[in-house]
Order: sequence, then structure tokens, then C-alpha cells
Amino acid sequence: MDFEPNSEQQMLIDQVRRYVREEIIPLEAKLDPDASELAPEDHARLVEKTKAMGLFGIDIPKEFGGPDIDIVTRTLLAIEMAQHRAGLYVPCYGTFGGAGLAQIFEANDDQKERYLYPTLRGEKKAFFGLTEPSGGSDPARAIQTKAERKDNGWVLNGAKIFISNADRAQYGIVFARTDASKGRAGITCFIVDSDTPGFHVRRVVHTLRSSHYATELEFKDCWVSDHQVLGEVNKGFAVANDRLTRQRIPYAAGCIGVAIAAHEMAIEWAKMRSTFGEKLANRQAVQWMLVDNEIDIRTARHFTLEAAEKARQGIPFRTEAAIAKLTASEGGGRVVDRAMQIHGGMGMTKDLPLERWYREMRIRRVGEGPSEVQRMVIAREILGSNLR
Amino acid sequence: MSIRLRLDKPWRPLAAEEIARLPGQLGIYQIADAKGAILYIGQAGARSPFGLRSELQRELAERGAGCQFRVEVNMQYRSRWFELLMVHKADHGALPPDNAKNPPPNLGRLSPA
Repeated sequence: MDFEPNSEQQMLIDQVRRYVREEIIPLEAKLDPDASELAPEDHARLVEKTKAMGLFGIDIPKEFGGPDIDIVTRTLLAIEMAQHRAGLYVPCYGTFGGAGLAQIFEANDDQKERYLYPTLRGEKKAFFGLTEPSGGSDPARAIQTKAERKDNGWVLNGAKIFISNADRAQYGIVFARTDASKGRAGITCFIVDSDTPGFHVRRVVHTLRSSHYATELEFKDCWVSDHQVLGEVNKGFAVANDRLTRQRIPYAAGCIGVAIAAHEMAIEWAKMRSTFGEKLANRQAVQWMLVDNEIDIRTARHFTLEAAEKARQGIPFRTEAAIAKLTASEGGGRVVDRAMQIHGGMGMTKDLPLERWYREMRIRRVGEGPSEVQRMVIAREILGSNLR
Repeated sequence: MSIRLRLDKPWRPLAAEEIARLPGQLGIYQIADAKGAILYIGQAGARSPFGLRSELQRELAERGAGCQFRVEVNMQYRSRWFELLMVHKADHGALPPDNAKNPPPNLGRLSPA
């Protein structure tokens, strides 16, 4: 496979790179170092720019009015969009628009009218409610939120944790157990409006990431009608699993983008900074750190584009997505760590974005399936799917 | 186990000698009137030269005497600040008056137990 961008991809990459450097990074100089939102007037102005670039709504499929961008190109652009202080979790502060959750494209016509189209118009936001206090790595077994049949609908009881955007969303996609005897074949996916009685956002969950926080949810006798079932009853796990696999590619791309930005900073610093009468760049200890950075970045980039290419071709990419997520999140973490080491004391300060990337990158080894689960996925491929 | 949702430390007078004892660390703070009604919830972020001390000195200069304050040192000052604003709104039906004049964009909602 050839992963060099073609001329059209390169043009888009250059356009987005210029946008990040000329529009996003200068604004960040005035924001709190942990901020994850722009002033409304700046956001609105930049949205007009991405619309003019023809890239607004970048994740919206063409048939719904989005730009016609394949997943390989999207991955290349995601690498560019992450190359600023807030870029790992809020690439370009959302100025390229959102498509909402991928699952909602699978909704029936009525649900599309009520949820998908308002989301694409920017009128509604959604959250993805999968992880529970009982665990997130093994949703098939860990989901304890129950949905029980009542009055042409379902009553939800349970809790979710580490859920982003639930406090700001108008609805969410929530996974609950509808048949306790069937394991992964007993999970159903529901669309829950945020104003449904019995739905509560209980608290902010404070983590290393100090903005773009997660929340804890409670469902207490929360009744939803049959019209809120997304897909089929007891087939929700497939909906969740498909997202978890597909999501690993842009997740990996974000890690690569931040790693590239940290690496570029380290190279600049090493060329400029002298110790004991010698540039850091002339010291083998520093050179080797930069070489290891380069190798980590190239490795992650190769595997991530390989996964994206297979996804584009419509061939199975589960193992490739796991390898991409693993190499990018672990390698990216190492790159940022080395960049901090090369910067010395300055690398620890909030004057530079490195400390934010360091904290946020650590989460990436756990989020969207921890490294150990990715290795399990890869091991199954190597050793056979019956391996337990 | 979760951290306390609400800040319930005792109020201290907003006065120069009290503020001088504050750390230069990052965190959040609340300003109240003499009766303890919260007027403002603020944050001391990384752009504050001496963190909480700088922010409270600025508050004193702007408000003068007669107010009270309390602080919480917290490296997660952004998410804690959003949380305290949302909890206040849930408890009182509105933001503190001085936050309501310039509310943060896209503030979420909580229904704390």
C-alpha cells in the first residue's frame, strides 16, 4: 500500500495546516491553557472560513450534504487538525462541524427527522452512553443498566460514567440490558432525550483532562417509548461494537497529530538551546530521543493509514484499527514525554502545550479501549477467534 | 468515592491581609456578600501571575471591602469551575449575579443528588 498523499489530498492537507497555524494557534495564545472552547464570535467567524473551504460538516456523508471525503483523506486531515494545544480532544475547536454520532445514521425515518437532521443542522447535540461504573472495556458483560418492558416502552434504571457532553446534549444514545440471560445478545440501544423524567447528569468526573470533561449519569425509572429503540431490541451490542472499531482510526490520528507537533517543538528547541557550550541537537542523547520520536510517529502513521485504507476498501479492518490505536496512543505518549525531557524545566510549564498533551495523551491509552484490549483483539487474530 | 460537589469551607473576609496568606496556586474561588450570598464564582487559571492570590487581589481592588471569599486549590480548575457554576444553577435556578452578566458559552446542566 502506498500511503503518500496524492495531489488532491496534499492540497487539502496544506489548506488545513495553514488554517491551524494562521487561525487556531494565534487565538490559543489568548485563551486559558486548558480551554476547550473559543469565544462565540471567534467560533462563528471560523465556521464561515471552514464553510468557504468546503470542509464544514467534514464527517457528514455525501448523501446527507457533507463534503465527499474518504476515510483515508479524513485521517490525513485529522492528523493536521490535532496539531495545536487543544487539538487532541477538541481539534480546531469544532469549527469543522460535527456529524453527531455515527449510529444515528442507522436510525429509522422517524428518528432521523427527530434526531439526525436537527443534529446535522447544528440544533441538537448528542452523547454516547456506554461505559458504566462496572467497567467499560468489556461492555457486553459490564452493562448493568437495565431496561424493562412497561406500557409500550421501556423503563431504564442504572448509571453511566465517563460520558462526554451529556450535560450539554439534547439527547443521547444509551445502551441497556434488555435480556439478562443473553450476554451481548441481550443489549439494546435507546435514544434518550435529556429532558426525559428520570434522566440525571449527576456530576462532573474530574480527570487529568481538565476541560472537555466527562460526566456521571443516573437513570431512575426513566421511561422511554418503543419509538426510542435504535435498531432492533437485543441487537445493540453490534451498534456499539461497530462504533468502537471505526472510532479507533480518528482516535489514532489525533494522537499522531499531537506527536508531530511535540516532535517539531523538540527539534526546534534542540537546535536552539545550548548546554555546556554545545547545542542540544549535537548531543547523542538528544539525537536518539528525536530518532525514537521519528520512528514512533512513522510507525503509528503507517498503521493508522493502513487501517483507514482497508476501511475505505470495505475489507475487515478490526485488527488494523487495534494496531493503529495501540501504536498511536502508546507511541504518541512516548513522543510527548521525550519532547518534555528535551525542553527541560520549560517542558513542565503551562507556558507550553506539552504538559497538557502529556496529561491528555495518558488518557488515550485507556479511552476507546485500553492498550490491553487492543492487544487482546490482535492476539485473537493471530491465535484464532476461539482463544479465551 | 467522589470529591465534594459543593464548596462548603468557612467564608473569610475579602481583605488584603487575608489574601496575602493565599497560595499562588491554581484553583477556584467564590465571592459572597456580607450575608454569605454567592455573588461570583471565579477561577485562577495559568495566566494569573500568582494564581488565587492575584485573582483575589483583583477582586478586592474592584469590589472594595464588605465581601467574603473562599478558595479551593485545584489543578483541574476548569472542570471544577464549570461544575460549581452548574451546581449553583441547579441549586438556585440561576447563575450567581456577577457570572450571569458574562456567562461561559455552552454551560451544561447538572442535577446533583
